[in-house]
Amino acid sequence: MGERVGLEVSIAAAEAVKMANVDVIAAYPITPQTHIVEHLAEVVADGELDAEFIPVESEHSAMSVCCGSSAVGARTFTCTSSQGLALMNEIVFITASMRLPVVMVLANRSLSGPLSIWNDHSDVMSIRDCGWIQVFVENGQEVFDHIMFAFRVAESQKVSLPLIVNVDGFILTHVIEPVEFWDAETVKNYLPPFKPVNRLHPDNPVTMGAFGMPGIYTETRKAQDSALIEAKPEILKAWQEMADLTGRHYKPVESYHAEGAETLFLTMGSIGETVSVAVDELRAEGKSVGQLSLRLWRPFPFEEFRQAAAGAKRIIVLDRAVSMGGQGGPVATEIRSVLYKEKNMPVVTNFLCGLAGRDVTVEDYKAMFEKASKMSKRRVREEDYILYGVRE
Amino acid sequence: MEQLNVYASRLISKKEYFAPGHRACQGCAEALAVRNVAKALGSNVVVASATGCMEIISSPLPFTNWRVPWIHVAFENAAAVISGAEAGTKALVRKGMLPDLKTVFLGMGGDGATSDIGLQALSGAFERGHNFVYVCYDNEAYMNTGIQRSSATPFGASTTTSPAGKMKHGQFTWKKNMAEIAVAHNVPYVATACSSYPFDLIEKVQKAASMEGPAYVHILSICPTGWRIPPDRAIWIGRLAVETGVFPLYEVVHGKYQMTLEFPERRPVEEYLKAQGRFRHLTPDMIQRIQRRVDIEYKRLKSKEIFEEIW
Ligand SMILES: Cc1ncc(C[n+]2csc(CCOP(=O)(O)OP(=O)(O)O)c2C)c(N)n1
Ligand code: SF4
Ligand SMILES: [Mg+2]
Repeated sequence: MGERVGLEVSIAAAEAVKMANVDVIAAYPITPQTHIVEHLAEVVADGELDAEFIPVESEHSAMSVCCGSSAVGARTFTCTSSQGLALMNEIVFITASMRLPVVMVLANRSLSGPLSIWNDHSDVMSIRDCGWIQVFVENGQEVFDHIMFAFRVAESQKVSLPLIVNVDGFILTHVIEPVEFWDAETVKNYLPPFKPVNRLHPDNPVTMGAFGMPGIYTETRKAQDSALIEAKPEILKAWQEMADLTGRHYKPVESYHAEGAETLFLTMGSIGETVSVAVDELRAEGKSVGQLSLRLWRPFPFEEFRQAAAGAKRIIVLDRAVSMGGQGGPVATEIRSVLYKEKNMPVVTNFLCGLAGRDVTVEDYKAMFEKASKMSKRRVREEDYILYGVRE
Repeated sequence: MEQLNVYASRLISKKEYFAPGHRACQGCAEALAVRNVAKALGSNVVVASATGCMEIISSPLPFTNWRVPWIHVAFENAAAVISGAEAGTKALVRKGMLPDLKTVFLGMGGDGATSDIGLQALSGAFERGHNFVYVCYDNEAYMNTGIQRSSATPFGASTTTSPAGKMKHGQFTWKKNMAEIAVAHNVPYVATACSSYPFDLIEKVQKAASMEGPAYVHILSICPTGWRIPPDRAIWIGRLAVETGVFPLYEVVHGKYQMTLEFPERRPVEEYLKAQGRFRHLTPDMIQRIQRRVDIEYKRLKSKEIFEEIW
């Protein structure tokens, strides 16, 4: 293994991209993603990385350039946040349907309006159904590891799908953390060179992006959905091999004191570590509580999730985005349907919290636990969706 | 048209890279332009196409008319996609992962894809200096979606979103000059062409491909369906567009303007307008306005010829 250094997580992310020896980087600056692109521009300018750094005029073009470069078989990276993701939205969906293994770091930030540069998950939830593999990480080490993982999984010929690594803006991108780098040998063992299934090349002309009439569109969608679902074995394999190489074990659903716990928190991303502290303190008070963290968001790990949640009486889902006019948070809505008709289905209580960077402390999570404990255990009700801490 | 002579047609390759059997309307001179552009560039090419008639007629899954590598992503991003393909290939060649074939990278789109919704992406790709050719097939409206106006629709033309009615007389703005916008980016090569002049078109596309850096070719592509003319009149109408000066043929090489086809006397614009259903409603007064405008623009263009190469 490489050395362990303390550095800003954005820089660690860029360094991982450098070590993955990408061929093309196309990105447009937006807070809080900027340090990642800036550092990549630097390493290219210094000749530390031999790549084309393409300073596009918009995120829409960033993703379009990525489609072009990935289609010729170049290892391709981009990163963005919030409005940038919204602007590239159209192409994000197409990238997946064309099976182009672009890797994106999404420095999660709230969507306007009002304009806000701070962290929540409203950006990624807006593209939930885009067909990319989507993972969430909690700390700097996980960011570094998952960039290697991202290229490895996305470019695998069995997968050939784009992949998003969700990294909470500021809360994670801008903090300094200890990160154990991989040495070149480990990278080489883990990440083979990119060999695309097809590439745009005069020696073997292919047509990419043909249009679908009603007689064939449904079949293309089925094929794409199957491809995403069938990516899971490769995802698990990539984590297993990473564990063999680095000693760090990652799972689709991480659990913390979950076994036998009556109540489970469900987290995604960087709030997970704070919630773990709350779990420790609650357990010290004798409460039967544990935690699940969803690392793999797409393809959704149904089996692993149901298994991890089995036996719990209540699940407190912490959502970082509002599903306007709907049932609260997008994650809770989904979790309820995942658990529907399970034997002894747990009550799913939904707190929306930490919107646009609003601080949520250990005390807050403990308060949520208390509040949830007093709520009906019988069935899901509308009031089980609570915008935590809102001033009315 | 330096090499144009009676034998020109024999010099042109018989090979087709844009295969027959596509689904364009009868007499579509935009498809003809695509065919000749493909002919001009041969097999060592990668093409990125924008959404529009040419994409739709040539790529219904699971079929394709493209015998060269071809990609379509969306409506407004052909220039960005091709710049990614160019950059990706450049990186792979530099890193020794692919041999250097000196492949030509071609981006293409309609007038809507180029001068409206895709203008920003094209401007960005020009400005970044990618080594690519961009061809705009200008049929002066959004034909694929049913003949709606674009910024390239000429003044007075009736379209489905600039209809000639009791109060309004069709398109109320003057045609956006896309070739001049390309020139303003200081790209090494800009040319106008028309599918009615195939040898000139082929020569210009090849010249564009031979340039280091971005090159732009703006091709007037007559659309019988949208222009409301009989399918067998497309070539003739294209010739009238050039002979009247409505669409002059010229090139700009490193900033130097050069007319490529001129006539001792230009024909009256009225002949061109009267031949098309989309201008049927024009009053003599409007025709006069158009004639005046064409005269002024033609004079202006001619006056630029005196400038020497600027870089
Ligand atoms: C973002 C987006 N907006 C609108 C459309 C609908 N659309 C598809 S093709 C087209 C017009 C194409 O016009 P042009 O570029 O001039 O090409 P033509 O069909 O005339 O050759 C439009 C409006 C689309 N596909 N994508
Ligand atoms: S509508 Fe016009 S441009 Fe489109 S295929 Fe028909 S003739 Fe060609
Ligand atoms: Mg058009």
